[in-house]
Amino acid sequence: MGPATVSLLSAFLLSLIALAAFMWSMRKGLFVENPRAAGAIFTEDELDKAGDPTLDAEGRKKLQQAITDTIGAGLDKGRSQRDIEDPEQLEDRIETDRSTAFPAFTFIAFAMMWLVLGSTAGLTASLKLHWPDWMVSEAWMTFGRIRTIHLTAVLYGWITNMELALIVWLIPRLMRTHLRGALWVMLGGTLVNIGFASAIGAIGIGWTDGMEYLETPWQVGIFVVAGFVCIVGAILATVINRKAHEIYVSAWYMVAALLWISLLFTIGKFPGLHFGVEQATMNWWYGHNVLGLWFTPVALGGIYYFLPKVIGHRVMSYNLSLLGFWTLAFFYAQVGGHHLIGGPVPEWMVTLSIVQSMMMIVPVVAFSINMYGTMRGRMKLALYSPTLRFMMFGGAMYFASSVQGSFEALRSVNRVAHFTHFTVAHAHLGAYAFVTMVLFGAVYFIMPRILNWEWPFPKLISLHFWLAAIGITIYFVFLTWGGWLQGLAMLDPARPFMESVTLTLPYLKWRSVGGALMWTAHVIFVLHFLAMVLRFGPARTGAALFSQQSRAMEVIHGK
Amino acid sequence: MENEVKLITGAMVTFAFAVALLLIIPYFQIRDIPAPDGLKPYTTAELRGRQSYIANGCHYCHTQQPRDSSFAPDHTRGWGRAAVPADYVYDRPHLLGSMRTGPDLFNIGVRQPSKDWQLGHLYQPRAYVPDSIMPSFPYLFDVKDEAEADETEVRLPPEYQPEGKVVVATPEALDLVKYLQALKRNYPVIPAEPQ
Repeated sequence: MGPATVSLLSAFLLSLIALAAFMWSMRKGLFVENPRAAGAIFTEDELDKAGDPTLDAEGRKKLQQAITDTIGAGLDKGRSQRDIEDPEQLEDRIETDRSTAFPAFTFIAFAMMWLVLGSTAGLTASLKLHWPDWMVSEAWMTFGRIRTIHLTAVLYGWITNMELALIVWLIPRLMRTHLRGALWVMLGGTLVNIGFASAIGAIGIGWTDGMEYLETPWQVGIFVVAGFVCIVGAILATVINRKAHEIYVSAWYMVAALLWISLLFTIGKFPGLHFGVEQATMNWWYGHNVLGLWFTPVALGGIYYFLPKVIGHRVMSYNLSLLGFWTLAFFYAQVGGHHLIGGPVPEWMVTLSIVQSMMMIVPVVAFSINMYGTMRGRMKLALYSPTLRFMMFGGAMYFASSVQGSFEALRSVNRVAHFTHFTVAHAHLGAYAFVTMVLFGAVYFIMPRILNWEWPFPKLISLHFWLAAIGITIYFVFLTWGGWLQGLAMLDPARPFMESVTLTLPYLKWRSVGGALMWTAHVIFVLHFLAMVLRFGPARTGAALFSQQSRAMEVIHGK
Repeated sequence: MENEVKLITGAMVTFAFAVALLLIIPYFQIRDIPAPDGLKPYTTAELRGRQSYIANGCHYCHTQQPRDSSFAPDHTRGWGRAAVPADYVYDRPHLLGSMRTGPDLFNIGVRQPSKDWQLGHLYQPRAYVPDSIMPSFPYLFDVKDEAEADETEVRLPPEYQPEGKVVVATPEALDLVKYLQALKRNYPVIPAEPQ
């Protein structure tokens, strides 16, 4: 049998299996929409009600007016608006929020610290690329270390802490029961952060395992793994003891992601197991999965929760979210090999990863159609709600970065883009424009619930958004452009290699400009956070972190 | 979804599938590849140099994986033949790299064997490559009045020589250069599989 016969035969077999799966799912009623499950996060009163906790009374009124207008436009004809799981949700939510307030706050506070440190290191590294003789007197200042400190601080310190905060805060809410093992979660958080701090210190003194995304020395990694085990245990106990009947979409993503990252990190850091190019395949399997199976799913889970909450409207399709989740789980785990296109690794593995990278279009389109359907006719609500703006920006950039990533995996594109700044720009589109923007929105939503205190200066939230959005746009556009030119120059044997270096300089400078805007945005964000925590600025409500007498405010904040 | 067991089982099955395909099968496929005759294990000094290559993050800007001529003009640039898995038998951790902010270094020992050039270039890259954006590494060197008998003096172009002083290489710099000089994959290999 020739390869053509084999591929025809396997295509025929695959379509038979697909047909069988389709018939089975029809019989099981999987194509019938399930608005009840999609609306599991609402109480009866909350549908069509504005839910952005960053707004003052005036802003809330405007957002509510805009939501009421969209209902008037008759967008929801033929859909049952009042089909709600349990009207007593609000009471549960107050209880769960009280149980998660302190653990979630701890993770957020750590995340804030790492954000400032990580973005300072990032900006420094960016400047160093065009000022190569700046800050070179000490070993820890060299580009290779500052860049790695940046990466470790933002990916592990900021994103991972923030996603843990999101999981710890949201899972009990979705399960409608208090957080089990809060002390274990706190212990886990402490261990994880001891691990991150030690890893950053180790990189500074030149002690590293030397693999991208896996620089953390494995001895330090033990702390991180132990921390994750504590957190996983507490979260699973909470899920098992749940009161909610339905497990909402966000919780699928978050529970699965938490298990995935624990296993990923353990396998990636396992000492003595990996060798030579096998280690390179493991490195990139890990490197892409830490994005695909940890950062992405938790951020998506966040969008699935916060976006409907703010606009008071359930997501369009429960089935599309199922499709999006399972296809992401299957395809994303296998894309790592596309980092080694043209490299000295088994060719079949690289091809497999390219195919699965293209297949990633399925979950991305499923998610995007679902979110677009939910937001259709409501886009202008973003004018009134800062949280929604962060979520919509993040969701749109998920689509952009994933589709870009799928095409970047094709051999023809990869030939040019690989080994250049194009890839760096792409990584920031995913980790910043998508994940980090969603996490910013989440902090703005969660903090008033934790402290029972509102953000003191709502205007700073808008300023933060615009600085970050413009900053990442400058960063991405110029670095993508420069990276592509760099790739073309490298592929042309007639041009000396140095040309691919000198031509990127203007673009590297623009990257620093974008980076400086993002850095400014973060400083404003963290100062605003400190002002809120330290009760600096106008008092907008009056309850304390552990106060028992704040019932009235908590009901307002219960949403 | 209403059943957490189904959720967790499903998540673990998709994960296991990826582990099998991307880790376990390549592991067994690559495990028994023997070292080529022309490839020698690193010496102790070279391994120390390799550690400092890693500690200072050289691999974030330099790859060690020349690609096939049908894919990129790496061979024309003098970076060597396409790498094969056997070339990496002694590499732990691997240093394949993911960026070419600077050139590929898999055969830098063939291309630039001069110790003086390597030392001077680490001290101040722009003394040799005017437009280079590689950081200088002054902390790998000592600047003093005169060199001791057992120290290696770095010979720099006159305009980069500190006035009235000499630049001597630290042991770390010397080891690093030994490692760079050892990066030679110019022995013949049989390609692991037809490309």
